[in-house]
Amino acid sequence: MKTDIILAGVGGQGILSIAAGIGLAAVKSNLHIKQAEVHGMSQRGGDVQSHLRISDKPIASDLIPNGSAHLIISVEPMEGLRYLPFLRKDGWLVTNTVPFVNITDYPETEEVIKAVEAIPNHIALNADAMAKEAGSSRSSNIVMLGAASPFIDIPFEKLEDGIRELFGRKGNDVVDVNLKALRAGREFSMKNR
Amino acid sequence: MEKLLLLGDEALAQGAIDGGISGVYAYPGTPSTEIMEFVQHSKQAAELNIHRVWSANEKTAMEAAIGMSYAGKRAMVCFKHVGLNVAADAFINAAMTGVNGGLVVVSADDPSMHSSQNEQDSRFYAKFAMIPILEPTNQQEAYDMVYMAFELSERLNVPVMIRITTRLAHSRSGVVRKAVTPQNKLKLPTDPRQFVLLPAIARVNYKKLLNTIPVMESLAEKSTFNRLSLSNNKKLGIIAAGIAHNYLMENFPDGCPHSVLKISQYPVPSSLVNKLYDHCETLMVLEDGMPVIEEMVKGIINIGKPIHGRLDGTLPRDGELNPAIIAKAFNMEVYEGMPIPNVVRKRPPSLCTGCGHIDVYTALNEAIIDFGAGRVFADIGCYTLGALPPFNAINSCVDMGASITMAKGAADAGLVPSVAVIGDSTFTHSGMTGLLDAVNENSPITVIISDNSTTGMTGGQTSSAHGRILEICKGIGVHPDHIFVLTPLKKNHEENVRIMKQELAYQGVSVIIPQRECIQTFARRKKDEKKSSEE
Repeated sequence: MKTDIILAGVGGQGILSIAAGIGLAAVKSNLHIKQAEVHGMSQRGGDVQSHLRISDKPIASDLIPNGSAHLIISVEPMEGLRYLPFLRKDGWLVTNTVPFVNITDYPETEEVIKAVEAIPNHIALNADAMAKEAGSSRSSNIVMLGAASPFIDIPFEKLEDGIRELFGRKGNDVVDVNLKALRAGREFSMKNR
Repeated sequence: MEKLLLLGDEALAQGAIDGGISGVYAYPGTPSTEIMEFVQHSKQAAELNIHRVWSANEKTAMEAAIGMSYAGKRAMVCFKHVGLNVAADAFINAAMTGVNGGLVVVSADDPSMHSSQNEQDSRFYAKFAMIPILEPTNQQEAYDMVYMAFELSERLNVPVMIRITTRLAHSRSGVVRKAVTPQNKLKLPTDPRQFVLLPAIARVNYKKLLNTIPVMESLAEKSTFNRLSLSNNKKLGIIAAGIAHNYLMENFPDGCPHSVLKISQYPVPSSLVNKLYDHCETLMVLEDGMPVIEEMVKGIINIGKPIHGRLDGTLPRDGELNPAIIAKAFNMEVYEGMPIPNVVRKRPPSLCTGCGHIDVYTALNEAIIDFGAGRVFADIGCYTLGALPPFNAINSCVDMGASITMAKGAADAGLVPSVAVIGDSTFTHSGMTGLLDAVNENSPITVIISDNSTTGMTGGQTSSAHGRILEICKGIGVHPDHIFVLTPLKKNHEENVRIMKQELAYQGVSVIIPQRECIQTFARRKKDEKKSSEE
């Protein structure tokens, strides 16, 4: 198996927590992993992305080749669109619909959503609202991870284990909220794919 | 042994800890910062009492590491490629002194300039200094290389460079550790004059260094990090250095049909290059950064078999490589995915909401209107973002510390007043000496030291200023009547503008210190305080 994932967002939105969740699950599944991150200047509110590659065979490149990502996970609707040149023909765009506006010329949200809906394989969800419902508005990235999970070739239980490990230090309540967020995201995608 | 999921930078740090270092010396700079940060957060490093405090700049870091090596212990220096420019004097001469304890210099290059002002290639420096380079292709090699580099350094009596590029520095993968090597004992150099580079001694040392080059080459030829595989297909031979080898193999998942020489240990193993050249009709050179190997192989005269790469346009002359660029060099078809919809806007980095630099620029822009545009020399840090809208406030960003000295030079030329904008960490890095020049001539410049009490752009590392900017400026000799400490807040805007206007009009050196903690480190500190009060 091989899953190539682009994670997209804005510096400070914490896309690396999604990467960490998948990474832990991949390691638990004895898979090979490479994950290229953006550090430095762009983290100051610029567009950031991470290339996450999981495979049962050794992985050569840290970067995903153009047109070959199985999945784009975006925590913000405009940012996912930026990486469409990386998406395979049969790849999926899984995106949060809540815009992150820190530039003066951010387009109308409707225009952005229209562009998302023009992608044949897309899942668009209001992860912020779903996270709030799960118990913490801070868990929207975990909702996104759940929404992406049907497209990642790792057993769901391993992702749940990853969440337990990631948030274990913060206590059972935090773990439970995040597991709930993860499951809510997954359920949405299962229904809407 | 356990398998760890580590960034390339972190793999270097863990490899150094396990390889028996007694100290790391560094100044923060993307993409090298995480090496020191990993050591600082490592329990193992704390237990082993490994030195792990940030230095004031790359030169002081390099020199302290030479000192540790002199005392017989293993030391590592880390910085970004342009940091090596700052450390160059010490670096080049460390090859002349040789080492006592193993000395490893990690230089992290940034092809495509993700967070830098140029894409210089550190391999030139190592060739210039005549020392070996190790260039990992993956995180495991990064770990293994630094682990063995100290021994290599001690064996050859030279510092060893590890060259890494952004992509590997900031990419995470599995790493298997080796057994921990104990630290060296304190031991003076056998020859008490080894480190005394008086001309008479330097000449002797230089001959020794020159005589070591063949040994370095023969080690590179035998190195397991270098690998020549000759194919029956003799059409094309490929030299792939460092991370470029990954992009090559990505395009040939079932194995490359061409002959390939992977180079990860330098000096360039000439006998292996010759074998490849003799075996093949044409060569292609793949390397991330500048065409260092390609120029060596091709030469100026460019006779013999065709050699393709960055110099003849087979690959782009600048920028980072990636799998698609390599595929195109092989005339493979690349599916370019879907186009980016027109609705997508650019999202450049920006100053954080609530950042003190914003108030500084808002005040400066207002204060300077009457004096005219084009006279603000800035420096390297978050405040460089003042070049972008809505501020459009600065006219230069060249190298660490250049704001003050460029303002002085421009004032010397008659651009009066000239203004410097510099951060606290950059000021203690390389600004203090320039301020001394200005004080000595009482140059008509206004220096704004925007003090957020951290090294912000690289993620909030300790600033060597430690809140002593005012005292430092007084010590350098700036007249106390022309040093002002302000709080850059909206409520103080009018007063701050007034002081700036007044000092811009003053025909001598003034220093204005807007002082307010970085909001990122402030938020982190509050969170930590809350956590510790709960515990």
